[in-house]
Amino acid sequence: MSLDNDDVRQIAHLARLAVDDQRLPEHASNLSAILEFVEAMSAVDTSNVDPLAHPLEMRQRLRADEVSEDNQRELFQGIAPAVEDGLYLVPRVIE
Amino acid sequence: MSIHTSTVAELSTALARGDHSSRELTEVFLERIQGQGAALNAVITVTAEQALAAADAADRSRAAGEAGPLTGVPMVHKDIFCTRGVRTSCGSRMLDNFISPYNAHVVDRLAAAGMVCMGKANMDEFAMGSSNETSFYGPVKNPWDTAAVPGGSSGGSAAAVSGGLAPAATGTDTGGSIRQPAALCGITGLKPTYGRVSRYGMIAFASSLDQAGPMARTAEDCALLLEAMAGFDARDSTCVERDVPRYSQALGGDLKGVTIGLPKEYFGEGLDPTVASAIDAAIAEYRKLGAEFREISLANTHLAVPAYYVIAPAECSSNLSRFDGVRFGHRCDSPRDLEDLYKRSRGEGFGDEVQRRIMVGTYALSAGYYDAYYLKAQQVRRLIRDDFLQAFEDVDLILGPTSPTAAFNIGERSDDPVSMYLSDIYTIAVNLAGLPGISVPAGFADGRPVGLQLIGNYFDEARLLNAAHAYQQVTDWHTRVPEAFA
Repeated sequence: MSLDNDDVRQIAHLARLAVDDQRLPEHASNLSAILEFVEAMSAVDTSNVDPLAHPLEMRQRLRADEVSEDNQRELFQGIAPAVEDGLYLVPRVIE
Repeated sequence: MSIHTSTVAELSTALARGDHSSRELTEVFLERIQGQGAALNAVITVTAEQALAAADAADRSRAAGEAGPLTGVPMVHKDIFCTRGVRTSCGSRMLDNFISPYNAHVVDRLAAAGMVCMGKANMDEFAMGSSNETSFYGPVKNPWDTAAVPGGSSGGSAAAVSGGLAPAATGTDTGGSIRQPAALCGITGLKPTYGRVSRYGMIAFASSLDQAGPMARTAEDCALLLEAMAGFDARDSTCVERDVPRYSQALGGDLKGVTIGLPKEYFGEGLDPTVASAIDAAIAEYRKLGAEFREISLANTHLAVPAYYVIAPAECSSNLSRFDGVRFGHRCDSPRDLEDLYKRSRGEGFGDEVQRRIMVGTYALSAGYYDAYYLKAQQVRRLIRDDFLQAFEDVDLILGPTSPTAAFNIGERSDDPVSMYLSDIYTIAVNLAGLPGISVPAGFADGRPVGLQLIGNYFDEARLLNAAHAYQQVTDWHTRVPEAFA
């Protein structure tokens, strides 16, 4: 699988990464090399193999739906880039 | 006995006998970190004041008769573990300003055991790398040869122990990140079974593979550390509810009748001949100890690195989506709109390798490619796991090299991601299968350490540690110290 500059631009957009246009060819070449490398998997027939998501195949442990955490808003917002009145600030979304 | 080359067990004995106080030990190691050891760039945050206060507290609890085996022993944490009130950078510009509001479970456990944390160890950015060259804080140097990499991603932890800056360190291992740097720096490093140690507060890279473990000079030290680190924690939903054996009490058993498998795929093309002869010599030692060897096949070994480089990036692209410049971490200047805020904060905050893996993962999970990449990789993952299950029907342990070569030079592989990835060819399958593995010093290749890897069955850390300990009773590779840091 070989990726071109437009593919990288689209992937970077999906990943919300600002990528310098000048570096698109370098990324395209590195990503293509990685995808070509993982292509080795296609040589093995896995049509009857179940995917393995958890190495021990354990079920997710559930807990009762009860409040288990204290509200620590001030502590957590103390390290935020921009807050006001207990809210996180971002650029205006709706004009 | 000089303090900075001592093992955790030796320091524990010295503290118990009253030969030294924890304050004395902590001062010696802090001096090493800030003096001679600074050139290694292994420790990126030093918490001297907190360390001395913790050392004094440890001395007081010893005086009160409340000391355990680790009380007062200094150590450093890989900077992937959240430490309350202390910068937790994960080796990234993204978290250069992140002062963690809470402690990782492992940090709390080791503090509760009385250990003295002296600071945070350098690492590959978000644990993505095999050479510690992707750190925002610059590369770590290998104490055996400062032109060489220490391995990665727990490169700072490995170099700190090897260089005598700390007798022990924590590490994390997603594809070899404890075992490979342990091998390249000539120390002992254990990756436990997936789920053995809580991942709470350990910054996530690939959640189905990540596992924390100890790094120290000896298997005995790793046993002492794992005893304190392991155990159930409800805050990590994959942490296993299972008793923690007294690993350190299980050492010393003989190896007569223990069957060790040699996977033929781990001794083939790509293995450096000097590394191969060191491993052959280790096999001869194990035979003398009474172990029996059997050739086995892990037939899908060649697919482990490809499967990993789909699964790990896919999980990383999802995990790292939380770094968005909104709630914590790096935020770009004067964002035009929300999308610009996300994109530039992430583009500026993440380094090249992290961006590369996020993009590979994003691609592998995107519409139309999911089956061909992610699903396929998970199917291959089962084949790899099944190879191990089958092998463990016939053998107790599996043995081979930890890494195909000794440490390479700084800069040698940094322009070629795929050649870097192949450095983990013998370690990665163990993570995909979720098994425990340990790397033990086993010799040298041109003056650089060689590591021997032992792989155990699920939750068989006690047997693994015992086998590593038995080897260290009849060899002295683990006692060698690099001349420049002796």
